[in-house]
Order: sequence, then C-alpha cells, then structure tokens
Amino acid sequence: METDRRSLLKGIAAAATMTVVSTPALARERKKAPDDAVGLLYDATKCVGCKACVVKCKEAGDLPADIDGYGGGLYDAPEGLNESTRNVIQLVKDGDETAYVKKQCMHCIDPACVGACMMGALGKREFGIVSWDNNKCIGCRYCQVACPFGVPKFQWSKTSPRIVKCELCRDLLAEGKLPACVDACPRGAVIFGKREELLQIAHQRIDENKDLYVPKVYGETELGGTQVLYLSHLEFEKLGFRFSDDASVPETQQTVQHGIYKGFVAPLALYGLLGAVMFRNRKRDDQ
Amino acid sequence: MTTYTDQSVPVPSPRVSGERVRVRGVSFNILLFFAAVAIALIIWRFVVGLGASTALSDGYPWGLWIAFDVVTGTALACGGYALALLVYIFNKGKYHPLVRPAVLTSALGYSIAGLSVMIDVGRPWLAWKLPIKFWTWNLNSVLLEVALCIMAYTVVLWIELTPAFLEKFKDDAEWPRLRAFARKALPVFDKALIWILALGLLLPTMHQSSLGSLMLLAGPRLHGLWSTAFLPLFYLVTCLAMGYAIVVIESSFSAIAFGRKPAMRILNRLGTFAAWGTLLFVALRFIDLAIKGRLPLLARFNLYSALFWAETLLFVVPFVILLTKKNNASLGSLLRAAMLVALAGALYRFDTFLVAFDPGPGWHYFPSVSEQLITIGLVALELAIYVAVVKNFPILSGEQNVQAHHD
Repeated sequence: METDRRSLLKGIAAAATMTVVSTPALARERKKAPDDAVGLLYDATKCVGCKACVVKCKEAGDLPADIDGYGGGLYDAPEGLNESTRNVIQLVKDGDETAYVKKQCMHCIDPACVGACMMGALGKREFGIVSWDNNKCIGCRYCQVACPFGVPKFQWSKTSPRIVKCELCRDLLAEGKLPACVDACPRGAVIFGKREELLQIAHQRIDENKDLYVPKVYGETELGGTQVLYLSHLEFEKLGFRFSDDASVPETQQTVQHGIYKGFVAPLALYGLLGAVMFRNRKRDDQ
Repeated sequence: MTTYTDQSVPVPSPRVSGERVRVRGVSFNILLFFAAVAIALIIWRFVVGLGASTALSDGYPWGLWIAFDVVTGTALACGGYALALLVYIFNKGKYHPLVRPAVLTSALGYSIAGLSVMIDVGRPWLAWKLPIKFWTWNLNSVLLEVALCIMAYTVVLWIELTPAFLEKFKDDAEWPRLRAFARKALPVFDKALIWILALGLLLPTMHQSSLGSLMLLAGPRLHGLWSTAFLPLFYLVTCLAMGYAIVVIESSFSAIAFGRKPAMRILNRLGTFAAWGTLLFVALRFIDLAIKGRLPLLARFNLYSALFWAETLLFVVPFVILLTKKNNASLGSLLRAAMLVALAGALYRFDTFLVAFDPGPGWHYFPSVSEQLITIGLVALELAIYVAVVKNFPILSGEQNVQAHHD
C-alpha cells in the first residue's frame, strides 16, 4: 500500500512538472487587429509642439486643468499622462536633435490591461477601441501594473476614483466627428483612419522620404501591434518607447496560464485526485 | 478510530468550565492599541482617498498592502496548507496536533489579506459583484482567479476551524440551544469535511502559484532576474517552505508564551521540509537563469543582483543550519532557520512586486507612514485575535510543562 501511494504521488509530481515544462510548446496564437480597427497615425516630423491637441482633448473629456506641471501653477501644462490628462505632447532632446512625441492610449491589438481586468471593465470594443466601463471596475489597478506603455491612470485624488485613459473619442466618432486631438492639429501631425490605411500611408511616407524617417512604423508589430502608429526622425527608444518585442504581454502570460490550467480540466482533476487519496487514507485509518 | 475532526489531542487552557479566561494583559493591550490606530487610519483613508493617505502612484499602483499583506501575508498563512498536505495526502498523522493552530493562523492571515484588499482597491463598494456576477468574469484575468480563490479559501479555512468552536460550545455554551446545535453539527462536519479539506488543498495550490503568475503580466517591465514563466512554480514551492517555517515559528512562540512543551522531533522534520523546499527553489532558479542565458546579470553590481544574492543567501543559510544539525536542532537554531526561510520568501515577494518592477524613469515608491501603520496594526489585530481564540478554544496541543500565564 505504501508503494502504491508513493507511485501515485510521484504521478502527481510528474504530471505537475510536465504541465509546467511543456507549456512553451503550446504558445497562444497571436491576435490580429479587428476588421473595423481604427487608429491614429502620429508623425513626429510634422508636430511643432503647439499642444492644441492637449487642450481639445481636455475639453472633449471635460477633464480638469493640471497646474502641477510647468509654469508655476499658472498654466494647464501636464508633464505626462495623469488623472486629468488623457493626451499629452512631450519634448524629447537628443544632443542637437529634438522631437515632440504625443502620448495617449495605444489601443493595442492584444491589450495587457484587458487581459488583466477582472470583470472586463476595460475591454476592446467597437472599432477595436479600448474603453473603460464605470460599472465593472473595482479599482484594483492591475491594468496599471500590466500596461507596458503606462497609459491607464487612476484618480488618486478622488474618494470615488475612476480609470482615466484615451478612448479615441468614441462618443465623437459615434456622431461622425473626428477625435478631438486629430480635429485640433493644425499640421496634420496626427491623423485618424482605419488602421490598414494608416499603415499604408505611413509606409508611403517612409518610402518617399527615406532620409528623414527611421525606417519603421512603431506599432505595426511592437507588443503584438497597436492601433495607434508612430513615425519619427529619432529612434523610438528616445521617444520613450521602451519595448519593441513582437509578442504581446498577454500572449506570454496566457500561454503559461492556459498551459497549466488546460481549460480548468487540470484543477478539477487535481481536486478529484486529492479527494480520492484523502478518502482512501481515512478508510485505512478507520480499519 | 481516528477521524479528522474528533481530535483528542488539542486541549484548551485549563480552566473551570464556564469561567471566562483572562486574555488581556500589557502586551495584549499594546496589540489592541496598534489595531485601534490602524482602524482609525483605515477610516481616514476612505475619507481622503488613496492619493492623500498612501505613497502609491500611477507608476507604483501596488505597494506595501499588496506586496506584504496580500502576497507575503497569505504565503505566511500557508501553514494550514503545508500541514494539510502532510497529514491528509501523505497520511502522516503525527503532524495532526499542529494542524489546528496552523489552520487558525491561516484563517486569520487570509482574512486580514482580504481586509487589506478592500482597503487597497479604489472602488470596494463594487467588489460584491466579483463573486456573484459570473457572466462578467474575464477568465483570462489571473487576478480574478486569485481573488475568487482567496475568497473561497478563506471560507474553507473557517469551516475547517469550526469543529474547534463547536467542541467548546457543546459543553460550555451559556445557551442550551447552542450546546444542542454544536452536538448535532459536529458529526455532520466530521462526514462532510473531507471534500472541504480537499478544496483546502486545491485552492491554495491554485492561487499561491497564481500570485506569482500575476507578475507575468508586468511583462517587459519586470527585471530579467525575476521574470520567468516559472513564477507560478517558484511561488508554489516557496509558499510551502514558508508554510512549514511558519508552523515552526508559531509552535516555538506558543511554547514560550503559553508554556507548552514543543514537539522537537516533529518541528525538526518540518524545518527540514522547509529547508529542502528552499534548496529546490534556489536550484530551479539558477537552472532557469542558466537556460535563459541570464546568469551574466548576476555578475553586474547593481541593486538587482545584490537583492538576488541576498535572497539566495537567505534561502540557503537555513538549509545549512538544519542539515548540519541532522534533525536534532535546538529550538533556538530551528527558530532562527525558520525565520530566515520566512524572511527569504518575504524578500523574494517584495522584490518581484516592488523592486524588480520598473515602471520607467521618474517613479519612486516608499510606503507612507499610514500605509505602514495600517499594515502593522492589522498584524497586531491578527495576533490579538489569535491569542484570544487560543486561550478560549481547543486549538493548541501538547503537554503543559510550565504554569500558563496570561500575558
């Protein structure tokens, strides 16, 4: 009997090890952009840093002024994305070269925040826009831990806080209007359109001006691809884009998790096994 | 005949039936004081919001409460899980007397962790939806699994502990109805408990490993020395080691505080399990780094490599201590080794959730005074409840070799 149990336990251990070890082989499939995916194309070579988009974004979202940034409390001049800023223009200096970079939600094809969110408050909804649902969020902030771009912001100053992030002006889109930042831009530095078309335009611009652009459209493949795309004359790392892996964050995590759980069959099997072993142990004790 | 609930070993502190046990003393009052401070600060946190009461930020959205109260706290509350594995699966009945105090510590640890989560989340008034609105569940969310498992396991732990209360009530309760109820309910528990106990093994296996998986979603923002697909396995192995260590620590303190004779041979065995667990973890960790070609990261002199080596040292030293003593360590060295294991597991968790997490330039986090006082106060509350329960209900086992004193 003793050997019986030993072999059984060895079996459990072996099964557990196999599960963990075999996971990388079953990598989860990479997601594709939805057919109706829309997005932005921001061209750093065209932006003059006027910040009209920042102002219009605040108006569209009815967000309060952020006077903690530059300007000694006199101006609404956010330094980065925060609980009252869903879109921001930052200046990047690299020696003699400078660039402006626009930051807002990237609307990932496979968003880490959506993978993190417990009840689907953050979801990839119409047009592939990642939006937030007030009724499903308990404020756990796992989206903030997960987002590789540091986009979702939490209303730290509120006792009933919300998650603040760009939702690509989905209410304006529904009225047939353009996103506020696109509408505001006097230089056409940020344009709106279907992701496929934006990608074509981006590659065309690179082809027509090879000396000017870094030969890459950031967001085409990075972290599984994003619906907001970037063109730049400075390397993207210098603009603050820290990561350029092709795999999305949830891809790696879900490969591991699905590998272990096998559609919840593994936990159920383990439960049955544990119960059976304990039942047998008790029976033997009773005799 | 032995059954799982009808324990002959655990005995309550000696007292005349019906007499109220004196629980309060100077040290107990100190615990209550810290708990009261924490409760006041928790109220304040809800009045002013998280921004004003904590050092948390958009860069470090999770801080002390998640890294310590939840992630480390529940791992330190794995004594019940680790012992149940020995007693009910490996059928090692000799550890049975230690199960009840361990389950009590686990139940309290998990309850406090649950309370901490409710303080930490920004919109706790919507948390009721989590266990109920199953059609909104995002089954890809590791945090959802952790949250539901922890909720369920907390209930399971209190159910596992219920016989201890019923055993007391069946003889001592002031109301005859409660006495009658306890007498009727006890045999029911005895029959049904096996599937609850199996659940009590399944749930921690799931969520303790998933606590590690949580940081898989930090993706490229987690340092290469901590980021690995083996996070779930590493968290599972270390939580078991921490579980055995905490049983040793708890038994040692009970021996000192309540004048009980410690079962040295059993505690030595548990210490050895903990030590082998830590060694397994350290070995797997180095193999994993070697396969990934990340060993050179260890040769760089920076905060990350320093902390990694500190963790490794803390995990290996207890192994050395216990293995050189060959199952015959004194209570002192056993306690030291166990505390090192607990400390090592805690540091590993802090590093994964706070230090190795790099949200980018410009972000800093050090817990605010109120965060610290709330954490300290909740631990004090846990200890106070532990003392009160142990003195009133049949939890602890073993002979009493010293006159029990109530301070």
